[in-house]
Amino acid sequence: MKFSIYRYNPDQGRKPYMQDYDLPDGHIESGMMLLDALLLLKAEDESLSFRRSCQEGVCGSDGMNINGRNGLACITPLAELKQPIAIRPLPGMPVVRDLVVDLSQFYRQYRTVKPFLINDDPCPEVERLQSPQEREQLDGLYECILCACCSTSCPSFWWNPDRFLGPAALLQSWRFLADSRDQGAEVRLSDLEGPFRLFRCHTIMNCVDVCPKNLNPARAIGKIKELMVKRSL
Amino acid sequence: MSIARRSFDTLIIGAGGGGLRAALQLSRADARVAVVSKVFPTRSHTVAAQGGVNAALANVVPDNWHWHMFDTVKGSDYLGDQDAIEYMCRAAPRVVYELEHFGVPFSRLDSGRIYQRAFGGQSRDFGGDQAVRTCAAADRTGHAILHSLYQQNIRARTHFFDEFFAVDLIRDQDGYFLGALALEIATGEPILIEAKTTIIATGGVGQLFRNNTNALINTGDGMAMALRAGVPVQDMEFFQFHPTGIAGKGMLITEAARGEGGYLLNGEGERFMERYAPNAKDLASRDVVSRSIATEIREGRGAGPKKDHVLLKVDHLGTDVVRKRLPGIRDMAMTFLHLDPAETPIPVSPTAHYTMGGIPTDRHGQVVVPERHGAEEAVPGLYAVGECACVSVHGANRLGGNSLLDILVFGRAAARHVIGHLAEQHFHRPLPEGAADAAMARLERWNTPRKGESVPHLRAEMGRVMEDHCGVFRNEEVLQDGQKKMLELQERMKDASISDYSQVFNTARIEAMELENLMDLGVATVTSALARKESRGAHSRIDYPERDDIHWLRHSLFGMDGIQMDYKPVRMKPLTVDSFPPRKRTY
Repeated sequence: MKFSIYRYNPDQGRKPYMQDYDLPDGHIESGMMLLDALLLLKAEDESLSFRRSCQEGVCGSDGMNINGRNGLACITPLAELKQPIAIRPLPGMPVVRDLVVDLSQFYRQYRTVKPFLINDDPCPEVERLQSPQEREQLDGLYECILCACCSTSCPSFWWNPDRFLGPAALLQSWRFLADSRDQGAEVRLSDLEGPFRLFRCHTIMNCVDVCPKNLNPARAIGKIKELMVKRSL
Repeated sequence: MSIARRSFDTLIIGAGGGGLRAALQLSRADARVAVVSKVFPTRSHTVAAQGGVNAALANVVPDNWHWHMFDTVKGSDYLGDQDAIEYMCRAAPRVVYELEHFGVPFSRLDSGRIYQRAFGGQSRDFGGDQAVRTCAAADRTGHAILHSLYQQNIRARTHFFDEFFAVDLIRDQDGYFLGALALEIATGEPILIEAKTTIIATGGVGQLFRNNTNALINTGDGMAMALRAGVPVQDMEFFQFHPTGIAGKGMLITEAARGEGGYLLNGEGERFMERYAPNAKDLASRDVVSRSIATEIREGRGAGPKKDHVLLKVDHLGTDVVRKRLPGIRDMAMTFLHLDPAETPIPVSPTAHYTMGGIPTDRHGQVVVPERHGAEEAVPGLYAVGECACVSVHGANRLGGNSLLDILVFGRAAARHVIGHLAEQHFHRPLPEGAADAAMARLERWNTPRKGESVPHLRAEMGRVMEDHCGVFRNEEVLQDGQKKMLELQERMKDASISDYSQVFNTARIEAMELENLMDLGVATVTSALARKESRGAHSRIDYPERDDIHWLRHSLFGMDGIQMDYKPVRMKPLTVDSFPPRKRTY
């Protein structure tokens, strides 16, 4: 099986290049995921660097660009990929080395939306009550694994990475706006005002297309926009 | 070479649930906290916990902490320390309510209260009917908890060192722990983090076994660091094999699948757990269910063409229950097996899952070591919480739903104890000249070419040795052979070589140091298993099939000086209630 993988190591003073790898067919088992193949390649070439951990799509470490599309290597079946399989780092981010990108900005945007429950009432002795219907509003939101596949596939994010917050952070914003227990709506919405932070989303929908957890950041952004409009009336 | 230095009140190594719960408590108390983690915090393995966290909230049926305590003691096969177990079970409702206040999106009952489900080994009224005690956010409870804890730490402005690999602990002549040497993975720069107190929260060592449910990062780094610093590891022979890993692949299928009403079938379509555990059936303790599955397979009643697994059936629960209560495992089965569990049973087999053993601590999370004569004493400045620690609340077998509880209760308890300690200790002890020399040497060793074998090659061999020699069933001969092989591997590791010497994000070097950690813990595990000549909890000796309370109701301690075993008594006396004396254990 043939691979073409983006290589870059600043220590070597060489420009980034694509390196061909060949994985002998004997190594390939049915049902194998792309990460399994990368681990086999790395066992032969230890210098190939990438992040990985859970191997089952819940930790969000191994987001990368696979044949032109962002996804998690550990839940991308090898059999579905056209050869040579072209693997590049997530687009639009500074590359640290090989498939490892610097996600500082992505994490900064996440922190910007106050991604935590705000409720300043005294805590009851037991849990706060929430109906199953209220809790259902959080389905499709809380499952985000911060893999950055969505934000790094978003043209609005590429063009204005310092001003548009991107789909992942905005999904988190809506996750708390939608939570019946949260009292931070006013400050959350005020923080999103202006032409860029929220409103740079042009519903291009790449985020929805690539999300490995099948979440829908575009819909979340739409909901926030609706709230903004209601609030301004 | 001068090393960058930072100084904090408390250093926490590991950003899973235990580390983050401790960090939150400390940051809220205005302590200066540094959390060092080799991965970004939400990528820690707590994120993969599925089924839930036990607490006697009684939201569904009557319950109380004392029943939970009984189940935990019985589940531990009486090797758990009863003072710590009482403490944990009493604290459970409080820590779960706190989680809810932190924003964890628990599933809800119609009453608006936290959803609870049935889980294995849990009863009402000291061994009566099935309890409903496990608090859940669908089957993504660990994810929900870890993200909420990280989010609250953002709010509390905890200081994070993301993608820093802890190399070794720093200790002075008087035995005080003063922090650790860490490596910034992105730059290859070492950094010395000085602290008045250090909390190890690095998780378990599931990567010892070739096939396991664990993340690749679960290499027992903190346990191995403690060993190298002269602290023994406790009860390492008790390694939990989860009954339901996806056969041949290892991904975890939560016990919640059985808690929601699923059950196991052998190759003949028989619901075999009825034979092994007539009352609890598929919700017996994990050690019991794993042994039963292994026995079915050994006796030729497995399913599939190779008869090497059994089937987990949930399709009778209906699509609604599967989609609503088990959405994560449905996704997983669709992704990895191309089957929908709402229609087709899942092939499963016992898979290495959880380290019951670890760094010995008391119920405040303080690391304790034996004194030469008499009682044990606390190690100054050092704490351990979560899977890397052995309090011991799990004894010889952990109950499902008690590991999330363990990290929360003892993360919080350790932080509270640290806060008391910090109130008295205003200054850092001086760092002696050359304090980091040994740790730097460990790092330097991987900067120089050698002629030995490759790290991935040795790692694969170690996984096979541990799997073949330290599995669900063990005996003298197999363990002796395993110990010999592990000691050989540990020797060969000294000459191992890597081919990448660059400084920027050098994962080959990290993997090499992880394998060093694994090797030491593999030797500890197989040696402890060889020494214990009885069957208790997860440790099943075919040659010693019975539990032996006269000789073996005691904790094992493995130290690095030679491969010597030491032992200490089990704490049978709870804090306030009567002791649960050892009884025959049936489900």
